[in-house]
Amino acid sequence: MTNTSLSLIQIRKLIQRQNLFDQLVLVALLMAAFSSIVVTGGILWILISESVSFFSQVPITDFLNLNDPKWTPLFDDKNFAIITLISSTLVTTGVSVAIGIPMGTIIAIYLSEFASSQVRELVKPILELLAGVPSVVFGYFALQTVTPFMQQVILGVQIFFAPGRDEFDYYQLPGFNMLSAGIVMGISIIPLISSISEDAMRAVPKQMREGSFAVGATRLQTSFNVVLPAAISGIIASYILGISRSLGQTMIVAVAAGTQPVYTWNPLEGASTISTFIVEVAKGDIEHGSLEYNTIFVAGLALVVMTLAMNLLGHYLSKRVREVY
Amino acid sequence: MQGEELDLSAIVKDVQMRKSISIRKFWDVLFSFVALSFLILGLAILLLLIFQLFVDGRGLLFSWSFYTSFPAPNAAEAGILSAFVGSLFVICVTVLFAIPIGVAAGVYLEEYAKSSSSPAVRILTDFIEINITNLAGVPSIVYGLLGLEIFKETFKLGNSVLTAGMTLGILVLPVIVVTTREALKSVPSTLKEGSIAIGASKWQTIWDLILPASIGSILTGVIVSVSRAIGETAPLITVGALTFIAFLPPLPFSDRFAPDPQTGELVRAGQYGLFDWLFSGYTVMPIQMFDWVGRPNPEFRVNAAAAGVVLVLLTLVLNSAAIFLRIYFRRRIKW
Amino acid sequence: MEVIQDQDTQVKAQVRNFSFFYGKNKAIKDVNLQVLDCKVTSMIGPSGCGKTTLLRCFNRMHDLYPGTHYEGEILLESQNLLALDPIEVRMRIGMVFQKPNPFPKSIFENIAYGLRIRGIKDKNVINERVERALRDAAIWDEVKDRLKDMAFNLSGGQQQRLCIARALATDPEILLFDEPTSALDPIATASIEELVINLKGKVTILIVTHNMQQAVRISDYTAFMYIGELVEFNRTDVIFNNAAQQRTREYVSGQFG
Repeated sequence: MTNTSLSLIQIRKLIQRQNLFDQLVLVALLMAAFSSIVVTGGILWILISESVSFFSQVPITDFLNLNDPKWTPLFDDKNFAIITLISSTLVTTGVSVAIGIPMGTIIAIYLSEFASSQVRELVKPILELLAGVPSVVFGYFALQTVTPFMQQVILGVQIFFAPGRDEFDYYQLPGFNMLSAGIVMGISIIPLISSISEDAMRAVPKQMREGSFAVGATRLQTSFNVVLPAAISGIIASYILGISRSLGQTMIVAVAAGTQPVYTWNPLEGASTISTFIVEVAKGDIEHGSLEYNTIFVAGLALVVMTLAMNLLGHYLSKRVREVY
Repeated sequence: MQGEELDLSAIVKDVQMRKSISIRKFWDVLFSFVALSFLILGLAILLLLIFQLFVDGRGLLFSWSFYTSFPAPNAAEAGILSAFVGSLFVICVTVLFAIPIGVAAGVYLEEYAKSSSSPAVRILTDFIEINITNLAGVPSIVYGLLGLEIFKETFKLGNSVLTAGMTLGILVLPVIVVTTREALKSVPSTLKEGSIAIGASKWQTIWDLILPASIGSILTGVIVSVSRAIGETAPLITVGALTFIAFLPPLPFSDRFAPDPQTGELVRAGQYGLFDWLFSGYTVMPIQMFDWVGRPNPEFRVNAAAAGVVLVLLTLVLNSAAIFLRIYFRRRIKW
Repeated sequence: MEVIQDQDTQVKAQVRNFSFFYGKNKAIKDVNLQVLDCKVTSMIGPSGCGKTTLLRCFNRMHDLYPGTHYEGEILLESQNLLALDPIEVRMRIGMVFQKPNPFPKSIFENIAYGLRIRGIKDKNVINERVERALRDAAIWDEVKDRLKDMAFNLSGGQQQRLCIARALATDPEILLFDEPTSALDPIATASIEELVINLKGKVTILIVTHNMQQAVRISDYTAFMYIGELVEFNRTDVIFNNAAQQRTREYVSGQFG
């Protein structure tokens, strides 16, 4: 040993100091990891406590009222039938899902099972760029591009089936409508669905595919009969995330779907969703602790409950589907 | 005779099989065609969206005053200066708030919790993991409600850069945690063992070797979060971001002016402190755009579109940088 | 197990009634073994026999992973190293791994890292110790002009010698080798073997090898392990020419493996 080597006593002292430091770091890291629980707790706490104070002023029967529902918390004649907002939220989400899930899934299958690696390397960044477009810009696109286009389409369809009427006899798609907003929302969730689904499909072991190819199946048959079932839980997870994103999507609907709380299930009309309502109220001045202030939290709670229900349903489905296969 | 009959049926079978193969192959081709047209549609929409913004916003996009003006009641004079600067300040807070917490949480979950033998830690870790997954699915506007109640009302931070930055910080936290974990996971355990074997402590190993080795991937996650935070609108409206801001947050140690009590003229009244900008009012790019889109006066659509171009370009640049970095680091590190 | 008598050497480490568990699975079963000072001791046996597992107990690598535990003792001189702080153990006992695992740092920093974490800050001391370690590992001439280069740019054999230098830089009392040549070509293997032979007399070496010829070439003592048990331990020539146990004779003559 040279004279620069440490003695055992020195080493032990060094280790003692280092161990103490490591312990302090560990405490800090643990606190950081714990922060996520604090955030969740905080969200639940504020939503529930504000909602409790809401329900101390508004009977729950008004909130759950389904007969001639109205949502007018800011008027003198106050009505609080949440179904008004839920219906439009579900309609826009429905349109979004009808666009986003089939397209996202087909793109995912193509990228995972058909495309060469060069195509994949080229396409995935483009999808990521699409995913990165801010939602308010998508909203602008829905309002300024998709809505005029859909107005022409709807008119065209009517003329095709019932030609020769006066122009004003045809249904005119309003400038604010849930259809355009939903379509653009659907486009905005395609990257999310396709990337998560593709990851799930690519994780399916090669041997399973080879088994299917070996008995003479084509790529498409292999994709649908072997890969899709094997990757089903990941695919469903991507759907759940896409639906959650659509339920909570705010700026696209706030810009393009209208701000009037109307009870309707018709995507050709405009109506305020839950998140639009929150934004509309928050844009103005609201007094902390007022009934209006409570209202946006109860609306937020409704949104979270819907998202949660969606998640539970998804997990249940995913489990059921896995049992079937 | 019999032989010929057998031959015939064999030929029929052969023809049937070939037919079935070509039909099935046709479906393969058709599927590829459909999928490719969807992909091209996606790309076309991205291009169309940018094109539309460009066309609509061209009236202001190329005038310098649009970038150096505050919002104004007159569309032609209204600019994005305060929104652009506000976005930068808010993002600063978001990054400073979310990176340390997110990376630390990721390090704990990936490097400490996984190797713990204590069942209590295991349960806690599982709980935190499920929790983070669920947080990623919580609608962004709900984070706005959280920021409104906690930062703005309970901590009395008001409509400030700090409130906005921290609200967005919480919003992007799950993204940073998840990417940090992915990045740490890709560092091979042999490297860790090599360091531990010469007597480094766990934290020394993480700090000196594992974090530097995974910094590229973590950075990618951070850039993606920043790009998301720049485009987020709803939570900031909820925490009360204003739309009409005709001033910039004060830089540290810049001169502060106040009206003179006698003359009413603005005179120098001291200096701003290091942190005064945190408590300043603000607006951000997407809120400014949202405000302009919603104006009844259609002239403001031009402002909205021009702001949209700036916003889209910002996010495109950031996301491209993230993609580029990811490819670069994937190529560079060969374990 | 009889104690091996050797006049000129002392016992550096002693494994006593030692068992090791992965969960409930007993991977090492009641092993007794002596490691002699400044000699090369090799551990051989068919794959899965526990030789690497036993080696990794010497510097407590298993502590990194949950669900493992030790029974019995491993004495380092007179202290049970299972009762010491694992970091102290690893500061005193170095290890070289199966696959070269240089740090993603420069060649110089790879060696200096072990010194830095021991709190050595003096630049001259670090420079001098890095050079000495690189010379001891017979790689100095190849890298002396490119110490700032990334270690990844070295060849596999150079990387492994760099890892040996990294371990030598901190003056370990025992140096553990876990199949150090299994990922290398024959030429690189020969240079590592030569290096190990040259280290004899300077440092105590414990080496796991999958290659019986390698054990013959480089080691003074050999332990043969089979399914977690130590079957036989003796001087290398005895194990290979005149083993006491039937199973050892079968293994070294290639009848199973």
